[in-house]
Amino acid sequence: MRIEQDIHNNREHETLFYILAVLGGLVTVAGLAAALYMEHNGHVVTGMNNQVVWGLPHVFAIFLIVAASGVLNVASIGSVFGKVIYKARAPLSGMLALAMLAAGLAVIMLDLGRADRLIVAMTHFNPTSVFGWNVILYPGFFAIVGIYLWTLMDRQMNPYYKAAGFAAFIWRLLLTTGTGSIFGFLVARQAYQSAMLAPMFIILSFAWGLAVFLVVQWVMFSWNEVRLNLAIRTRMKNLLGTFVAAAFYFVMIYHLTNLYFAKQAAFEHFILVSGGIFPILFWGGYVLLGTLIPLILIYHPTISKQKGAVCVAAELVLLGAFCLLYVFIIGGQVFPLDMFPGMIVSSTFYDGLIDSYIPSTPEILLSLGGFGIAFTAITVGVRVFKFMPEDDVGSLESAGHMLD
Amino acid sequence: MNEPQDKSRRGFIGTAAAGVAGLGTLALAPGLHLIEVTQANPTGAPSQGASSKIRWGMLIDTAKCVTGCDVCVKACATENGINETLKDPRQGSQWIRKIDLKDPKFDRTFSLPMMCQHCAEPPCVDVCPTGASFKRADGIVLVDRHTCIGCRYCMMACPYKARSFVHQPLTEQNPEVPRGIGCVESCNFCVQRVDKGLKPACVESCPEGAMLFGDLNDKNSEIAQRIAREATTQVRADLKLNLGVRYQGI
Repeated sequence: MRIEQDIHNNREHETLFYILAVLGGLVTVAGLAAALYMEHNGHVVTGMNNQVVWGLPHVFAIFLIVAASGVLNVASIGSVFGKVIYKARAPLSGMLALAMLAAGLAVIMLDLGRADRLIVAMTHFNPTSVFGWNVILYPGFFAIVGIYLWTLMDRQMNPYYKAAGFAAFIWRLLLTTGTGSIFGFLVARQAYQSAMLAPMFIILSFAWGLAVFLVVQWVMFSWNEVRLNLAIRTRMKNLLGTFVAAAFYFVMIYHLTNLYFAKQAAFEHFILVSGGIFPILFWGGYVLLGTLIPLILIYHPTISKQKGAVCVAAELVLLGAFCLLYVFIIGGQVFPLDMFPGMIVSSTFYDGLIDSYIPSTPEILLSLGGFGIAFTAITVGVRVFKFMPEDDVGSLESAGHMLD
Repeated sequence: MNEPQDKSRRGFIGTAAAGVAGLGTLALAPGLHLIEVTQANPTGAPSQGASSKIRWGMLIDTAKCVTGCDVCVKACATENGINETLKDPRQGSQWIRKIDLKDPKFDRTFSLPMMCQHCAEPPCVDVCPTGASFKRADGIVLVDRHTCIGCRYCMMACPYKARSFVHQPLTEQNPEVPRGIGCVESCNFCVQRVDKGLKPACVESCPEGAMLFGDLNDKNSEIAQRIAREATTQVRADLKLNLGVRYQGI
């Protein structure tokens, strides 16, 4: 009877897996079709324009790239900082990092005005361009994390895992520095040009990457009907809480420096108070839903013990991530350039006016297509390879690793 | 020699020659043909190229610039083949635009043309991943249509909103000014005219003589003498980009 039940469950799981893989594939295909449509007709079919030059695809792509580098942190805590319970999670962490980076890069590339000139991007290198550095940083990440995964999953290569893990950790810090610096070096617009952005993106990546990991881990454990050890759950949720709080601190300091050091008072007033959708997304989406409620779910003595509390907290952190990036990327562009301080300006090119941006259907599909790529790769990856974290709680406890 | 074999060899050579000749008329890119490349320089002598001894620049006197006048904008559009109309005008290309300014404290109003400022330290060139945005030796900032991948990073970096992205397919282009869908473009000081010894179209068209074009490095040029004599302003001078375009009366 028990065996029959298991077979039935396995069949159900098998069917569900194929349904999920096909769904992910369909979203991916829709994204690719949207990219082809945009490529054929030009960006006239998008909501982007000459003021808001980067739109929803960039919000999704930058989320995927930042979270990709952050999710690798789980592996680094095991390999670089020697925390044994994280070592069992290193292969899954590496695979998630590769899948999400590939998805993020795909969206960025497919949104190019001339996506057909990818080969030009790879053969023409400008050393002063942060994008140019990224042309080296991204493939380097794939190579180093690929080798790291190899050292983790092949016994013969296992002696080298620490060295590979250390290289991957350094590389991911460089990569997120590169992503933050894409904006940090922009002198033109009030929202950017801040030295805060590179470290802020790194700490955001810690929070978002761990949140992605926790959601995937929760799904995998539920799928396999395994309960995560309570001590491990507590440690991981506390780490998420620390990262979320630290990220919030950096975001606050970024806005304060913009106000008091850079004197961008008009811009900050727009983003935080008067800018319509942007203050709503910032305070309601990022601060309340993406930071405060997750912190309550993580640290409240009774709520934090509820089933699913950590997973919901992680999902809310990811929702907050989108709100923050939307405010940062779109809000930072709709606000007019301040070329003539103190003057009222107007022109046929919408100088002095707050722009509006409404993403079109192809842009939304392309953006979701990035998710489709990551989702499909992760779903197939965890099915085909052995990425399920296995905790030998007894030996971990006896060796004192549950408390270190 | 075996005659049929020789015939087939000659036949092959003939076909190949016709093919190569045909290739010469094929388009390398819209508006650019192999045959025209050779015709562009019929003497075969190497062209001189831009000289670093020259720094092209512009001086704009806002006191002479008339509010509501857009003759320079129209002249630019005609010269550079900017003739497309878009449903959303925010997606259209504007290489030069008129900005109306009002100082609310003193109720003073004036107008000026704004375009690429041809910075000596251009942020667009710094950030371009492929080097498609580049500065010529004579200070003119350009975009190479063949290596621009359309990432728009330069548009994020430009403090003057001087760059436009071509949002839709183009037709009826000026063969001397290649433009293309998916690429970024901006004022190039009418480089095709400057290289022939002419002034940019906007300067030539201005009915008030508010725009002066010349070599900033030549102390005897009118522009250099006026900048030496009269007070001029660089827009967003705080960025220390050393602009090729200077304004008076801001």
